[in-house]
Amino acid sequence: MAKNNRFAAFVNGIVKENPLLVLSIGLCSSLAVTTNVFNGIGMGLAMTFVLIMSEMIISLFRRQIPEDIRLPIFIIIIAAFTTIVQLLLNAYIPSLSDALGVFLPLIVVNCIIMGRVESYASKNKVLDSVLDAFGMGLGYTWVLFVISLVREFLGSGTFFGIRVLPEAYTIAFFSRAPGGFFVFGLLTALTLGISKAAAKKGDAK
Amino acid sequence: MNQYLSIFLKSMLVDNVVLIQYLAICPFIGMTSDTGKATGMGIATTFVIILATAVTYPLFYSVLVPLKLQFLETLVFILVIAALVQLVEFYLKKSIPGLYSAMGVYLALITTNCAVLGTTLNCISKNYNYVQSLVYAAGTACGFLLAMTVMSGVRERISSSTVPKFLQGKAILFITAGLLSLSFLGFSGLIK
Repeated sequence: MAKNNRFAAFVNGIVKENPLLVLSIGLCSSLAVTTNVFNGIGMGLAMTFVLIMSEMIISLFRRQIPEDIRLPIFIIIIAAFTTIVQLLLNAYIPSLSDALGVFLPLIVVNCIIMGRVESYASKNKVLDSVLDAFGMGLGYTWVLFVISLVREFLGSGTFFGIRVLPEAYTIAFFSRAPGGFFVFGLLTALTLGISKAAAKKGDAK
Repeated sequence: MNQYLSIFLKSMLVDNVVLIQYLAICPFIGMTSDTGKATGMGIATTFVIILATAVTYPLFYSVLVPLKLQFLETLVFILVIAALVQLVEFYLKKSIPGLYSAMGVYLALITTNCAVLGTTLNCISKNYNYVQSLVYAAGTACGFLLAMTVMSGVRERISSSTVPKFLQGKAILFITAGLLSLSFLGFSGLIK
Protein backbone atom coordinates (compact mmCIF):
# COMPACT_ATOMS: atom_id res chain seq x y z
CA MET A 1 0.00 0.00 0.00
CA ALA A 2 2.71 2.44 1.06
CA LYS A 3 4.62 1.51 -2.04
CA ASN A 4 1.62 2.34 -4.20
CA ASN A 5 1.27 5.72 -2.54
CA ARG A 6 4.90 6.53 -3.18
CA PHE A 7 4.52 5.57 -6.80
CA ALA A 8 1.45 7.77 -7.01
CA ALA A 9 3.36 10.69 -5.47
CA PHE A 10 5.99 10.25 -8.15
CA VAL A 11 3.66 9.91 -11.14
CA ASN A 12 1.35 12.66 -9.94
CA GLY A 13 3.58 15.47 -11.16
CA ILE A 14 4.34 13.96 -14.53
CA VAL A 15 0.82 13.89 -15.93
CA LYS A 16 -2.14 14.34 -13.59
CA GLU A 17 -0.95 17.43 -11.78
CA ASN A 18 1.62 18.56 -14.29
CA PRO A 19 2.75 21.94 -12.96
CA LEU A 20 2.83 23.63 -16.35
CA LEU A 21 0.01 22.11 -18.35
CA VAL A 22 -2.57 21.45 -15.67
CA LEU A 23 -1.79 23.78 -12.76
CA SER A 24 -0.42 26.59 -15.00
CA ILE A 25 2.26 27.68 -12.56
CA GLY A 26 5.91 28.44 -13.19
CA LEU A 27 5.22 29.47 -16.75
CA CYS A 28 7.69 32.32 -17.17
CA SER A 29 10.86 30.31 -17.42
CA SER A 30 9.21 27.59 -19.47
CA LEU A 31 8.37 29.99 -22.29
CA ALA A 32 11.47 32.16 -22.18
CA VAL A 33 14.24 29.62 -22.42
CA THR A 34 12.68 27.12 -24.82
CA THR A 35 14.04 28.50 -28.06
CA ASN A 36 16.27 25.45 -28.34
CA VAL A 37 16.35 21.96 -26.87
CA PHE A 38 19.67 22.35 -25.07
CA ASN A 39 18.48 25.37 -23.08
CA GLY A 40 15.11 23.75 -22.42
CA ILE A 41 16.62 20.61 -20.91
CA GLY A 42 19.27 22.64 -19.07
CA MET A 43 16.64 24.78 -17.43
CA GLY A 44 14.54 21.71 -16.62
CA LEU A 45 17.43 19.97 -14.90
CA ALA A 46 18.53 23.09 -12.99
CA MET A 47 14.99 23.55 -11.76
CA THR A 48 14.63 19.86 -10.83
CA PHE A 49 17.84 20.02 -8.80
CA VAL A 50 16.67 23.05 -6.81
CA LEU A 51 13.24 21.47 -6.32
CA ILE A 52 14.61 18.15 -5.03
CA MET A 53 17.16 19.71 -2.69
CA SER A 54 14.72 22.27 -1.27
CA GLU A 55 11.96 19.72 -0.72
CA MET A 56 14.44 17.35 0.92
CA ILE A 57 15.89 19.91 3.33
CA ILE A 58 12.54 21.44 4.22
CA SER A 59 10.90 18.09 4.76
CA LEU A 60 13.87 17.07 6.94
CA PHE A 61 13.43 20.12 9.18
CA ARG A 62 9.66 20.39 8.93
CA ARG A 63 9.20 19.90 12.67
CA GLN A 64 11.83 22.49 13.60
CA ILE A 65 10.66 25.32 11.32
CA PRO A 66 8.31 27.62 13.26
CA GLU A 67 4.91 27.97 11.61
CA ASP A 68 4.82 31.79 11.69
CA ILE A 69 8.04 32.48 9.84
CA ARG A 70 8.06 29.47 7.56
CA LEU A 71 7.76 31.40 4.30
CA PRO A 72 10.92 33.51 4.77
CA ILE A 73 12.79 30.37 5.79
CA PHE A 74 11.59 28.52 2.68
CA ILE A 75 12.68 31.45 0.52
CA ILE A 76 16.16 31.48 2.03
CA ILE A 77 16.59 27.74 1.52
CA ILE A 78 15.39 27.93 -2.09
CA ALA A 79 17.56 30.99 -2.78
CA ALA A 80 20.61 29.20 -1.37
CA PHE A 81 20.18 26.24 -3.74
CA THR A 82 19.47 28.56 -6.65
CA THR A 83 22.73 30.37 -5.97
CA ILE A 84 24.54 27.02 -5.89
CA VAL A 85 23.13 26.09 -9.31
CA GLN A 86 24.01 29.54 -10.64
CA LEU A 87 27.63 29.23 -9.50
CA LEU A 88 27.97 25.64 -10.77
CA LEU A 89 26.63 26.45 -14.22
CA ASN A 90 28.71 29.58 -14.40
CA ALA A 91 31.83 27.57 -13.66
CA TYR A 92 31.22 24.42 -15.72
CA ILE A 93 28.72 25.26 -18.51
CA PRO A 94 29.12 29.03 -19.03
CA SER A 95 27.34 28.92 -22.40
CA LEU A 96 24.18 27.56 -20.78
CA SER A 97 24.38 30.04 -17.95
CA ASP A 98 24.64 32.89 -20.46
CA ALA A 99 21.72 31.60 -22.50
CA LEU A 100 19.44 31.24 -19.48
CA GLY A 101 20.43 34.70 -18.25
CA VAL A 102 18.13 36.23 -15.70
CA PHE A 103 15.89 33.16 -15.67
CA LEU A 104 18.47 31.20 -13.71
CA PRO A 105 18.27 33.40 -10.58
CA LEU A 106 14.52 33.61 -11.15
CA ILE A 107 14.20 29.94 -10.14
CA VAL A 108 13.86 31.41 -6.63
CA VAL A 109 10.50 32.92 -7.38
CA ASN A 110 9.26 30.01 -9.48
CA CYS A 111 5.84 29.27 -8.08
CA ILE A 112 6.28 25.51 -8.60
CA ILE A 113 8.96 25.26 -5.92
CA MET A 114 7.23 27.50 -3.40
CA GLY A 115 3.94 25.73 -4.05
CA ARG A 116 5.29 22.20 -3.62
CA VAL A 117 7.36 23.10 -0.59
CA GLU A 118 4.40 24.74 1.12
CA SER A 119 1.76 22.19 0.20
CA TYR A 120 3.78 18.97 0.17
CA ALA A 121 7.27 18.96 1.67
CA SER A 122 6.29 20.79 4.86
CA LYS A 123 3.76 18.03 5.63
CA ASN A 124 5.29 14.81 4.33
CA LYS A 125 8.19 12.47 5.01
CA VAL A 126 11.58 12.99 3.38
CA LEU A 127 11.39 10.07 0.93
CA ASP A 128 7.88 11.02 -0.21
CA SER A 129 8.93 14.63 -0.67
CA VAL A 130 11.95 13.68 -2.75
CA LEU A 131 9.78 11.46 -4.95
CA ASP A 132 7.24 14.24 -5.32
CA ALA A 133 10.02 16.64 -6.30
CA PHE A 134 11.36 14.11 -8.80
CA GLY A 135 7.94 13.73 -10.39
CA MET A 136 7.26 17.45 -10.52
CA GLY A 137 10.74 18.15 -11.89
CA LEU A 138 10.31 15.47 -14.53
CA GLY A 139 6.87 16.84 -15.40
CA TYR A 140 8.40 20.27 -15.81
CA THR A 141 11.35 19.03 -17.84
CA TRP A 142 9.38 16.96 -20.35
CA VAL A 143 7.04 19.84 -21.14
CA LEU A 144 10.05 22.12 -21.61
CA PHE A 145 11.58 19.49 -23.87
CA VAL A 146 8.48 19.24 -26.05
CA ILE A 147 8.03 23.02 -26.33
CA SER A 148 11.68 23.58 -27.18
CA LEU A 149 11.65 20.69 -29.66
CA VAL A 150 8.78 22.26 -31.60
CA ARG A 151 10.18 25.78 -31.36
CA GLU A 152 13.70 24.81 -32.37
CA PHE A 153 12.48 22.66 -35.26
CA LEU A 154 10.15 25.27 -36.71
CA GLY A 155 12.04 28.37 -35.63
CA SER A 156 15.60 27.57 -36.57
CA GLY A 157 15.24 24.21 -38.33
CA THR A 158 17.66 22.40 -36.07
CA PHE A 159 17.64 19.67 -33.44
CA PHE A 160 20.31 20.00 -30.71
CA GLY A 161 22.06 22.36 -33.13
CA ILE A 162 22.07 19.82 -35.99
CA ARG A 163 20.34 21.14 -39.09
CA VAL A 164 17.32 19.07 -40.13
CA LEU A 165 15.35 21.67 -42.08
CA PRO A 166 16.90 23.94 -44.74
CA GLU A 167 17.16 27.51 -43.53
CA ALA A 168 14.81 28.79 -46.21
CA TYR A 169 11.94 26.79 -44.69
CA THR A 170 12.25 28.02 -41.12
CA ILE A 171 9.64 30.27 -39.51
CA ALA A 172 11.42 32.84 -37.33
CA PHE A 173 8.10 33.56 -35.61
CA PHE A 174 8.51 30.45 -33.47
CA SER A 175 11.82 31.45 -31.97
CA ARG A 176 10.52 34.94 -31.14
CA ALA A 177 8.29 35.73 -28.17
CA PRO A 178 4.80 35.11 -29.67
CA GLY A 179 5.75 31.62 -30.87
CA GLY A 180 6.25 30.49 -27.28
CA PHE A 181 2.73 31.53 -26.32
CA PHE A 182 1.26 29.80 -29.37
CA VAL A 183 3.08 26.51 -28.91
CA PHE A 184 2.24 26.46 -25.22
CA GLY A 185 -1.42 27.30 -25.89
CA LEU A 186 -1.75 24.47 -28.40
CA LEU A 187 0.00 22.06 -26.04
CA THR A 188 -2.45 22.94 -23.24
CA ALA A 189 -5.36 22.44 -25.61
CA LEU A 190 -3.95 19.07 -26.64
CA THR A 191 -3.47 17.87 -23.06
CA LEU A 192 -6.93 19.00 -22.08
CA GLY A 193 -8.40 17.24 -25.12
CA ILE A 194 -6.57 14.01 -24.36
CA SER A 195 -7.53 14.01 -20.69
CA LYS A 196 -11.17 14.70 -21.61
CA ALA A 197 -11.17 11.84 -24.11
CA ALA A 198 -9.59 9.58 -21.50
CA ALA A 199 -12.23 10.57 -18.94
CA LYS A 200 -15.00 9.79 -21.44
CA LYS A 201 -13.51 6.38 -22.10
CA GLY A 202 -13.35 5.76 -18.36
CA ASP A 203 -17.02 6.67 -18.02
CA ALA A 204 -18.03 4.36 -20.83
CA LYS A 205 -16.41 1.45 -19.04
CA MET B 1 16.75 63.54 -21.44
CA ASN B 2 16.51 61.76 -24.75
CA GLN B 3 18.43 58.85 -23.34
CA TYR B 4 15.98 58.44 -20.44
CA LEU B 5 13.02 58.63 -22.76
CA SER B 6 14.47 55.89 -24.92
CA ILE B 7 15.14 53.65 -21.88
CA PHE B 8 11.58 54.24 -20.71
CA LEU B 9 9.96 53.47 -24.06
CA LYS B 10 12.23 50.52 -24.68
CA SER B 11 11.43 48.88 -21.35
CA MET B 12 7.73 49.65 -21.62
CA LEU B 13 6.93 48.78 -25.23
CA VAL B 14 9.82 47.25 -27.16
CA ASP B 15 10.91 44.87 -24.38
CA ASN B 16 7.53 44.63 -22.71
CA VAL B 17 8.06 42.71 -19.50
CA VAL B 18 5.20 40.24 -19.97
CA LEU B 19 4.72 39.90 -23.70
CA ILE B 20 8.31 40.01 -24.91
CA GLN B 21 10.46 39.12 -21.90
CA TYR B 22 8.07 36.47 -20.53
CA LEU B 23 8.29 37.68 -16.95
CA ALA B 24 5.31 37.63 -14.59
CA ILE B 25 3.17 35.34 -16.72
CA CYS B 26 1.47 33.91 -13.61
CA PRO B 27 -0.43 37.08 -12.61
CA PHE B 28 -0.91 37.86 -16.31
CA ILE B 29 -2.86 34.62 -16.78
CA GLY B 30 -4.22 34.21 -13.25
CA MET B 31 -5.37 37.70 -12.31
CA THR B 32 -6.76 39.17 -15.51
CA SER B 33 -10.25 37.68 -15.34
CA ASP B 34 -11.70 41.09 -14.48
CA THR B 35 -10.47 44.58 -15.23
CA GLY B 36 -10.69 45.91 -11.69
CA LYS B 37 -8.56 43.13 -10.22
CA ALA B 38 -6.05 43.36 -13.04
CA THR B 39 -5.61 47.11 -12.65
CA GLY B 40 -5.30 46.79 -8.86
CA MET B 41 -2.62 44.15 -9.23
CA GLY B 42 -0.89 46.22 -11.91
CA ILE B 43 -0.75 49.38 -9.80
CA ALA B 44 0.43 47.54 -6.68
CA THR B 45 3.17 45.82 -8.70
CA THR B 46 4.22 49.09 -10.34
CA PHE B 47 4.73 50.58 -6.93
CA VAL B 48 6.74 47.62 -5.62
CA ILE B 49 8.96 47.34 -8.72
CA ILE B 50 10.04 50.98 -8.49
CA LEU B 51 10.53 50.82 -4.72
CA ALA B 52 12.47 47.56 -4.91
CA THR B 53 14.82 48.95 -7.55
CA ALA B 54 15.32 52.14 -5.55
CA VAL B 55 16.41 50.05 -2.55
CA THR B 56 18.33 47.13 -4.05
CA TYR B 57 20.50 49.18 -6.40
CA PRO B 58 22.33 51.22 -3.70
CA LEU B 59 22.47 48.10 -1.54
CA PHE B 60 24.29 46.20 -4.28
CA TYR B 61 26.87 48.89 -4.95
CA SER B 62 27.45 50.09 -1.40
CA VAL B 63 27.33 46.79 0.48
CA LEU B 64 27.74 43.76 -1.77
CA VAL B 65 30.41 45.15 -4.11
CA PRO B 66 32.82 46.45 -1.40
CA LEU B 67 32.48 43.14 0.44
CA LYS B 68 32.94 41.18 -2.83
CA LEU B 69 29.69 39.34 -2.20
CA GLN B 70 28.12 39.90 -5.63
CA PHE B 71 27.29 36.20 -5.92
CA LEU B 72 24.80 36.60 -3.08
CA GLU B 73 22.69 39.07 -5.05
CA THR B 74 19.81 36.66 -5.69
CA LEU B 75 19.54 35.75 -2.03
CA VAL B 76 19.87 39.30 -0.74
CA PHE B 77 17.51 40.80 -3.29
CA ILE B 78 14.69 38.36 -2.70
CA LEU B 79 14.93 38.91 1.06
CA VAL B 80 14.94 42.69 0.62
CA ILE B 81 11.91 42.47 -1.66
CA ALA B 82 10.04 40.22 0.77
CA ALA B 83 10.82 42.55 3.67
CA LEU B 84 9.90 45.60 1.64
CA VAL B 85 6.54 44.17 0.66
CA GLN B 86 5.83 43.40 4.32
CA LEU B 87 6.75 46.95 5.36
CA VAL B 88 4.58 48.51 2.67
CA GLU B 89 1.72 46.30 3.80
CA PHE B 90 2.09 47.41 7.45
CA TYR B 91 2.42 51.04 6.47
CA LEU B 92 -0.65 51.02 4.24
CA LYS B 93 -2.72 49.16 6.82
CA LYS B 94 -1.87 51.76 9.46
CA SER B 95 -1.97 55.02 7.52
CA ILE B 96 -4.01 54.59 4.33
CA PRO B 97 -6.58 51.87 5.11
CA GLY B 98 -8.62 52.75 2.02
CA LEU B 99 -5.73 52.01 -0.31
CA TYR B 100 -4.83 48.94 1.73
CA SER B 101 -8.22 47.37 1.30
CA ALA B 102 -7.98 47.95 -2.44
CA MET B 103 -4.40 46.77 -2.87
CA GLY B 104 -3.64 44.67 0.22
CA VAL B 105 -4.63 41.28 -1.13
CA TYR B 106 -2.29 41.64 -4.09
CA LEU B 107 0.70 42.82 -2.10
CA ALA B 108 1.42 39.43 -0.55
CA LEU B 109 1.48 37.82 -3.99
CA ILE B 110 3.94 40.32 -5.37
CA THR B 111 6.90 38.90 -3.44
CA THR B 112 6.91 35.91 -5.77
CA ASN B 113 6.21 37.97 -8.87
CA CYS B 114 9.23 37.37 -11.05
CA ALA B 115 8.97 40.80 -12.69
CA VAL B 116 10.11 42.41 -9.44
CA LEU B 117 13.20 40.29 -8.90
CA GLY B 118 13.86 40.23 -12.64
CA THR B 119 13.85 44.02 -12.93
CA THR B 120 16.18 44.53 -9.98
CA LEU B 121 18.61 41.95 -11.36
CA ASN B 122 18.40 43.39 -14.88
CA CYS B 123 19.33 46.87 -13.63
CA ILE B 124 22.55 45.43 -12.24
CA SER B 125 23.39 43.30 -15.27
CA LYS B 126 22.74 46.17 -17.69
CA ASN B 127 25.24 48.39 -15.81
CA TYR B 128 22.78 51.26 -15.52
CA ASN B 129 23.43 54.19 -13.21
CA TYR B 130 20.94 55.01 -10.45
CA VAL B 131 18.70 57.35 -12.45
CA GLN B 132 18.73 55.05 -15.47
CA SER B 133 17.74 52.13 -13.23
CA LEU B 134 14.80 54.03 -11.82
CA VAL B 135 13.64 55.03 -15.29
CA TYR B 136 14.05 51.43 -16.45
CA ALA B 137 12.05 50.20 -13.45
CA ALA B 138 9.30 52.75 -14.10
CA GLY B 139 9.14 51.75 -17.76
CA THR B 140 8.99 48.05 -16.97
CA ALA B 141 6.30 48.64 -14.38
CA CYS B 142 4.18 50.69 -16.78
CA GLY B 143 4.63 47.97 -19.38
CA PHE B 144 3.30 45.43 -16.88
CA LEU B 145 0.31 47.62 -16.03
CA LEU B 146 -0.37 48.10 -19.74
CA ALA B 147 -0.21 44.39 -20.48
CA MET B 148 -2.49 43.53 -17.54
CA THR B 149 -5.09 46.11 -18.55
CA VAL B 150 -5.10 45.18 -22.22
CA MET B 151 -5.32 41.46 -21.44
CA SER B 152 -8.20 41.90 -19.00
CA GLY B 153 -10.06 43.99 -21.58
CA VAL B 154 -9.59 41.32 -24.21
CA ARG B 155 -10.66 38.61 -21.78
CA GLU B 156 -13.94 40.37 -21.10
CA ARG B 157 -14.65 40.23 -24.81
CA ILE B 158 -13.63 36.59 -24.99
CA SER B 159 -16.01 35.66 -22.18
CA SER B 160 -18.97 36.89 -24.22
CA SER B 161 -18.02 35.22 -27.49
CA THR B 162 -17.86 31.64 -28.67
CA VAL B 163 -14.43 30.08 -28.48
CA PRO B 164 -13.56 27.07 -30.68
CA LYS B 165 -14.23 23.96 -28.63
CA PHE B 166 -10.67 22.68 -28.52
CA LEU B 167 -9.31 26.01 -27.32
CA GLN B 168 -11.75 26.53 -24.47
CA GLY B 169 -10.29 27.17 -21.03
CA LYS B 170 -6.69 28.17 -20.63
CA ALA B 171 -5.54 27.49 -24.17
CA ILE B 172 -7.34 30.49 -25.67
CA LEU B 173 -5.58 32.75 -23.15
CA PHE B 174 -2.19 31.72 -24.45
CA ILE B 175 -3.24 32.16 -28.06
CA THR B 176 -4.53 35.64 -27.15
CA ALA B 177 -1.27 36.41 -25.37
CA GLY B 178 0.56 35.23 -28.47
CA LEU B 179 -1.40 37.63 -30.68
CA LEU B 180 -0.80 40.49 -28.25
CA SER B 181 2.86 39.63 -28.16
CA LEU B 182 2.93 39.60 -31.96
CA SER B 183 1.51 43.11 -32.03
CA PHE B 184 4.08 44.27 -29.48
CA LEU B 185 6.83 42.91 -31.75
CA GLY B 186 5.75 45.70 -34.07
CA PHE B 187 7.22 48.22 -31.64
CA SER B 188 10.69 46.83 -32.21
CA GLY B 189 11.42 49.42 -34.91
CA LEU B 190 10.53 52.26 -32.55
CA ILE B 191 13.97 52.67 -31.02
CA LYS B 192 17.23 52.24 -32.86
